Amino acid sequence: MIAMTAMVGLGVALYASGRGRDRARGRADFWPLWLMTLGALNALFLSNDLFNVYVAFEILGLAAVGLTALARSLAAIRAAFDYLVAGLTGSLLLLLGVALAYAAAGRVDLDAVAELAQTAQGRVALRLILSGLAVKAALFPLHFWMPAAHSSAAPAASALLSALVVKAALYVALRMSLEGGVAVDPLRAALAVAGSGAMLWGAWNALRAERLKLLVAHSTVAQVGLIALALGVAGTGPLWQAAALLMLSHALAKAAMFLAVGRIAEELGHDRISGLNREELRPGAAEFAFAIAAISLVGLPPTAGFIGKWVLLEGLIEDGAWHWVGLVLAGTALSAAYLARVVARCLRGGPHVAPGARRPAWRAGDVAALGLATAALLLGLASALPFALLEVGIA
Amino acid sequence: MTELLPLAILMTSLGIAPLILAMPDHWRAPRTAINLGAAALKVALVAWLSVAVAGGAEFAVSVAIAPGLSLALQADALAVLFLALSAMLWLLTTLYAVGYLETGTDRSRFFGFFSLCVASTVGIAMAANLFTFLVFFELLTLATWPLVVHRGTAEAHRAGRIYLAYTLGGGLALTLGTVWLHALAGEVPFMPRGVLGDLPQAEPWALTAIFVLLIAGVGVKAALVPLHGWLPISMVAPAPVSALLHAVAVVKAGAFGIMRIVYDVYGVETVQAMGLAGPLAGLAALTILWGSLRALTQDDLKKRLAYSTVSQVSYITLGVALISPLAAVGGLAHLVHQGIMKITLFLAAGNFAEGQGVKTVSGMDGMGRSMPGARIAFTIGALGMIGVPPLAGFVSKWYLGAGGLDAGAPAVVALLAGSSLLNAAYFLPILYRAWFRDPPPAPKPERRIGWMLALPPAATAALVVVAGVLANAPFSPLGWTRFIVSLEYL
Repeated sequence: MIAMTAMVGLGVALYASGRGRDRARGRADFWPLWLMTLGALNALFLSNDLFNVYVAFEILGLAAVGLTALARSLAAIRAAFDYLVAGLTGSLLLLLGVALAYAAAGRVDLDAVAELAQTAQGRVALRLILSGLAVKAALFPLHFWMPAAHSSAAPAASALLSALVVKAALYVALRMSLEGGVAVDPLRAALAVAGSGAMLWGAWNALRAERLKLLVAHSTVAQVGLIALALGVAGTGPLWQAAALLMLSHALAKAAMFLAVGRIAEELGHDRISGLNREELRPGAAEFAFAIAAISLVGLPPTAGFIGKWVLLEGLIEDGAWHWVGLVLAGTALSAAYLARVVARCLRGGPHVAPGARRPAWRAGDVAALGLATAALLLGLASALPFALLEVGIA
Repeated sequence: MTELLPLAILMTSLGIAPLILAMPDHWRAPRTAINLGAAALKVALVAWLSVAVAGGAEFAVSVAIAPGLSLALQADALAVLFLALSAMLWLLTTLYAVGYLETGTDRSRFFGFFSLCVASTVGIAMAANLFTFLVFFELLTLATWPLVVHRGTAEAHRAGRIYLAYTLGGGLALTLGTVWLHALAGEVPFMPRGVLGDLPQAEPWALTAIFVLLIAGVGVKAALVPLHGWLPISMVAPAPVSALLHAVAVVKAGAFGIMRIVYDVYGVETVQAMGLAGPLAGLAALTILWGSLRALTQDDLKKRLAYSTVSQVSYITLGVALISPLAAVGGLAHLVHQGIMKITLFLAAGNFAEGQGVKTVSGMDGMGRSMPGARIAFTIGALGMIGVPPLAGFVSKWYLGAGGLDAGAPAVVALLAGSSLLNAAYFLPILYRAWFRDPPPAPKPERRIGWMLALPPAATAALVVVAGVLANAPFSPLGWTRFIVSLEYL
């Protein structure tokens, strides 16, 4: 399991370097919050104890609210407030669950989860913890706060929030599911059902979104759903590796996507999807990064998202779980549909655009976005490495 | 060193794609130099490879990317057939595209994705297992999309959406089939005579469902009726793209996929034993007739050619599905023959459109006088399609017909005769207009056709003649396909 941490840590490090260059011209306030987020995440990934997890979540939640509010617009502050309320509710549920768990089992380390599932009180505790996590992960139907928060924050902040902060809760769910054994099966089923709901709901909203950042935020809802579905159906079998790989690939791709969107909006001055093809400016590099990230999110080869979906589907077919197979495929088709809306408009030309369209110069943000997107692409080709690490993790 | 040859061939187009994409649009000379240099290098490498493979050498490269999954390239005889076709036609089409898009916009984007497109056909040709095939097949889908919408008009975008919906849907079916097969059989390498062993007896229903999924997945690209809807619509793309789509890349990738699935995954005996060959042949026959019938009523020249492709590509499928060595020779040879004939037609049609602004069949009156070169090339391509001896199309039809008799299905001969009649019915009026009608009195806008536009159709037309006349030479497409078929049917 340390290996998993190391992997996400690598993603964070890669991401942070991209951040550094990108935000050099940004506000100073960004940095303390950024460090706080990363610190809380590392604490979370390394902790083996539900109470530590709770503490880490509190730090993370506060930092994340700060990050959301950084944009300083009215919408951002309102979204940050909603986020704060949602986050605190989640924390409250989590705290209640942890307290109950302590009462039931007398200890709060993650190994106790299997034990907890034996008693009625323990099961209530687990349920509370899981719903707390669901709020934090913006899992459907508890995702209401998320699209607003992610779409109104500054691009760098949304990248951090969407790629990593949301993953924290999923990671804890993964740990609990692994430790819990067969006893937590009803909870897993709930996770899978919520996940499939999220996948369809998020995709539907993304299809209808008019603004680019909103689309990307709704796509996060859908992707979180996919990961939750993978977690839910994984059980204790090898399928959890698929969930882990999907998390990793989503982290890279979504960070790349938000940065790319940030760059596009910065150059064009807006992020309306329908207006993308009418501008004379062409932020080609950022659009290209967006396209690569989109390929990975849809799960087309040879990206990491593809390998994750492949392993997931293979496992599902072996188990004969055809309804889940159908859902995963439907989710894939929908994600292709909503991302194609954007990429199609990036392939402009023809009557809307004067032939001498300008291309803005490359900025650090382009490099960061492109680098992250390429990482998501290459991770698919080199996915033997994470799999080997995950094998170590299970041993 | 020679182990790396397949990789080198792949890199000649995959490697240059990012370079070209990153170039500013006005760097014309370096871009053209890289494009043509890489294309010429590839032809040379493929020639080297084919000599080596004919001599019995084996090439294989493999990288494991996850447990039970590996990207693997190989160069067997079937791969070389498709490689040779794509390498040669890529060189000519690149030349043509450079001339065609001289004044266009977004040339770096165009040529970058163009290279990527060819790279994926190379990957498809040399894929050594079903997984690798799938990876490159999806890459091809994505790389072709920007080419289809290149013009950026609303119509082009609509065509792009439809193209994407069809091909991604097909990709989904193919992915599901592949994953399922992996779940049942583990890794699926391509081997002559199939790799399934006695699985068909154990799991007949699952394997039938997988076969249907796989064929539906590749059938979208091969434009099998009823999955052909995207092909005529995507004709809004620039002429070199249409030529490439039809002759080498997308459609052929689909047909090639059908071959791989029937020959190297299931194996002909298994396909026949499972009773899958008959329906596939029936579907191919239906497609042949339907495509030809629809072609009759199209006035847009490129659309008529597109429906003709729908029909002609299914000759390949038919040859595969008839389960007879002779038909297989005909089908495989048609892979190459249809490629060179159709590219001739498209390049010539592109020249008509560029030179005189003629895009419809009814506008072809007197075309021959003003553009004799393109006219002759077009005529050779069209006669080849109809199957006039001694051109290339005749050879493949002959073998297909003989194969039909051999397989105990004399209806095939009637089908071929009917299809040839239809071919004649939709091509001859064009030729008649071009040769014998007087040009309309009003002068048409003229643009001089440079050598870059004139040479490629002339060269491919010459190939059509050569492939037909010298069909018996060992290095003709026909000779090579005999070699392949002997491996499968020994």
